[in-house]
Amino acid sequence: MTWETVIGLETHVELATATKIFCSCTTQFGGAPNTHCCPVCTGMPGALPVLNEKVLEYAVKASLALGCTVTQNCRFDRKNYFYPDLPKAYQISQLYLPIGRDGKVSFPLPDGGRKTIGIHELHMEEDAGKLVHDPWQDQTQCDYNRCGVPLIEIVTEPDFRSGEEVVAYLEKLRETLQYLGVSDCKMQEGSLRCDVNLSVRPAGSDELGTRTEMKNLNSFKAITRAVQYEAQRQIERIQEGKRVVQETRRWDENKDATYPMRSKENAQDYRYFPEPDLPPIQIGDDDLARLRAQMPEMAEAKRERYQAQYGLSAYDAGMMTSEKALADYFEECVALGAEPKTACNWIMTQVLRKLKELGQEPGRMAFTPDRLCRLLALVEEGSLNRNTAVAVLDAVFEDNGDVDEYVRAHGLSQVRDTGLIEAVVAQVLADNPQSVADLRGGKEKAFGFLVGQCMKALKGQGEPKLVNETLRRKLEEL
Amino acid sequence: MKITEELVDYISILSRLKLEPEERAAMAGELEKIVSYMDTLAQVDTQGVEPMSHVLSAVNVTRPDTVEPSFDREALLRGAPARDSETFLVPKAVE
Repeated sequence: MTWETVIGLETHVELATATKIFCSCTTQFGGAPNTHCCPVCTGMPGALPVLNEKVLEYAVKASLALGCTVTQNCRFDRKNYFYPDLPKAYQISQLYLPIGRDGKVSFPLPDGGRKTIGIHELHMEEDAGKLVHDPWQDQTQCDYNRCGVPLIEIVTEPDFRSGEEVVAYLEKLRETLQYLGVSDCKMQEGSLRCDVNLSVRPAGSDELGTRTEMKNLNSFKAITRAVQYEAQRQIERIQEGKRVVQETRRWDENKDATYPMRSKENAQDYRYFPEPDLPPIQIGDDDLARLRAQMPEMAEAKRERYQAQYGLSAYDAGMMTSEKALADYFEECVALGAEPKTACNWIMTQVLRKLKELGQEPGRMAFTPDRLCRLLALVEEGSLNRNTAVAVLDAVFEDNGDVDEYVRAHGLSQVRDTGLIEAVVAQVLADNPQSVADLRGGKEKAFGFLVGQCMKALKGQGEPKLVNETLRRKLEEL
Repeated sequence: MKITEELVDYISILSRLKLEPEERAAMAGELEKIVSYMDTLAQVDTQGVEPMSHVLSAVNVTRPDTVEPSFDREALLRGAPARDSETFLVPKAVE
């Protein structure tokens, strides 16, 4: 029998706000335990939450970008559960009226095809704190620095059929949210976390099998492998005549297997009710229109435009849009007059090389587009040869030093003084009669040798085109 | 609604509460009183009344995304039943 894997995703994304969702504590990563906390995010009696306006804005933008209908009259609900990572003993979330519903996302697949999946809903909620178990004391330490960090949870329909589709969707989701500027979506830092709901059924069947939920998937690789493992495990169970138990399973990356989580963690009766501490939210048509107008051009649209408008290859356009900061950088260079293909070439080779060397991200780069453009202009007008320009970039990149100043200070400008070049060429021809004879005898290689001698005399700074031309002309005049 | 001792057991599991047998019976009685008050409320004719999710008429109460200094950690930890120098301590809760 052939089996079909059916997957739905719940993705939690940390929003890139400066403060927490319901209080003004910083969301900055790290910090000594419980130093980014206040009575609201530690759940002190009587403390009252107040919604961060940026969270609402980001959640609406994310909803729009994922094709959702925005719930213009929405509110928060209280999800009750007793676990010390949430000191209030409940999480403020949204159940009945999530901010976004019924979306659609279309994304490219590795095999060249496309897939469209449905978004069931998108809602706002608060993150929980961090628990650290002390094995010696048999106690658990609670650090609430992350407690109250704003999240959106994006729930898809069960529309995926493979791990590859899941990863392709997550890549698209990450790209979309990064371009919107609502999250940095760093999986390794936990700002994008994914739970995978998976069931299997005989191919062609319309019924859904019993699903399991997998947690602790913190890389694309882990997701692909966990999907393969769990689908196989369920198929084998069914083939052995056993049934799949609906449960939450934890992916163990070291063992490449999923394990059931303890049943008491599985008790799911959250007794939701409308959150009485927060008044409802109304999003007017004008607010919605304003936010819609702020939607940036997304990566896929940019990729198409770069190919059509600037003549970049698909690969180059993909590289330029791999991060929004890089695309912004490229576009600024073009706006400053750089030839698009040249700018793209320099960014892909030199700028990315330097960023990698320095361990920096494009968004935090000191080297500004106007500096790169100046460098490209100097190459274009022949004042710098390419290799020298690369050396200049190397030198000024980290501190965004002035290109002209550096070139002047280090005497790097190419020699374009025709008088000087003519004199050098004449001298080289006089000094190397044998090479001149070889060249006349048909040995083209001798020309290269003569060019090399001229460049040597010019300390490598002669403009190659000018040296070549002068040499040809002088040879003819001989 | 009848609050059985089984229901009390279930709620105490959800609430991580350990109840003695005599407490269970007492709790069942108290909960039933509370819930029966809801039954009284349910008798009110609400035909044509728009459900509301909040008692105040306020909407859109938000604040700007501006960082304010956090609280003094010592002040936060002071009231905790168990603590160390940096964290709140609870009985083992992680696998």
